[in-house]
Amino acid sequence: MSSPLPFAPGRVHIALELEIPSDVRYIERVVEIVARQCAQFAYPQRQTCLNIPVALSEALSNAILRGNGDRSDKYVQVKVDVTQDRLILEVLDEGLGFNFEECLQDPTEPDNIEREDGRGLFLMTRLMDRIERFSNHGNVIRMTLRRHD
Amino acid sequence: MSFAIKKQGEIVVVDVEGQLIVGNRQELKQRVLDELEKGERRFLIDFSQTGYIDSSGLGVLVSLSKKIREQGGELRLANLNDDLKTLFELTKLDTLFQISDTKERALETF
Repeated sequence: MSSPLPFAPGRVHIALELEIPSDVRYIERVVEIVARQCAQFAYPQRQTCLNIPVALSEALSNAILRGNGDRSDKYVQVKVDVTQDRLILEVLDEGLGFNFEECLQDPTEPDNIEREDGRGLFLMTRLMDRIERFSNHGNVIRMTLRRHD
Repeated sequence: MSFAIKKQGEIVVVDVEGQLIVGNRQELKQRVLDELEKGERRFLIDFSQTGYIDSSGLGVLVSLSKKIREQGGELRLANLNDDLKTLFELTKLDTLFQISDTKERALETF
């Protein structure tokens, strides 16, 4: 019987697709799955415990609450593409989309600092290297994170 | 994810176990507001067992801090790990809260 090949991060590429009902209780589970894939490639702890969980949580809650209007009959799709060097996440909802730049505000401004909302998109831009928004039979947010050791 | 609330002297200490995110922030908010309603005024949230916090979790902390201040009280935070400290620095919420390295230190100086 042949022994299994060792995990060779430089030659492996993981692609996953998940679909969840529009319910914020699924967010934690999706985050766990994605963070675990990145941990397999030994991404630094800062990225698996901060950048990825927070940015993905924000994208998922936007998709569920805003894109799908918190309607339980709608779904959110998540595409995960991870290699040794970078992670690409796409979160697709059934909404009409929004203008990312127009909705982005600076929550650190004195007038905004005591507001309860308005930090989600800001955190995504600070915690990911690249954010893109486009439509593809729904509203898609694509986030790219390069591995930073 | 869960919250444990206990009284230490005159201070209500809240332990956040797991994540503080959109799915559970209302529970934290309601439990702290219930204590405020009962007349409690000094609150300490201990994050020693917390994983990550999203923007709605941060928003609830800001909102609670405001409501507690309006009633003449104060909300302080303790035990943020390095990742959580970064989150507070990025959003400049480290300027809004008094943050202690340990629960003991926070209780001593409250």
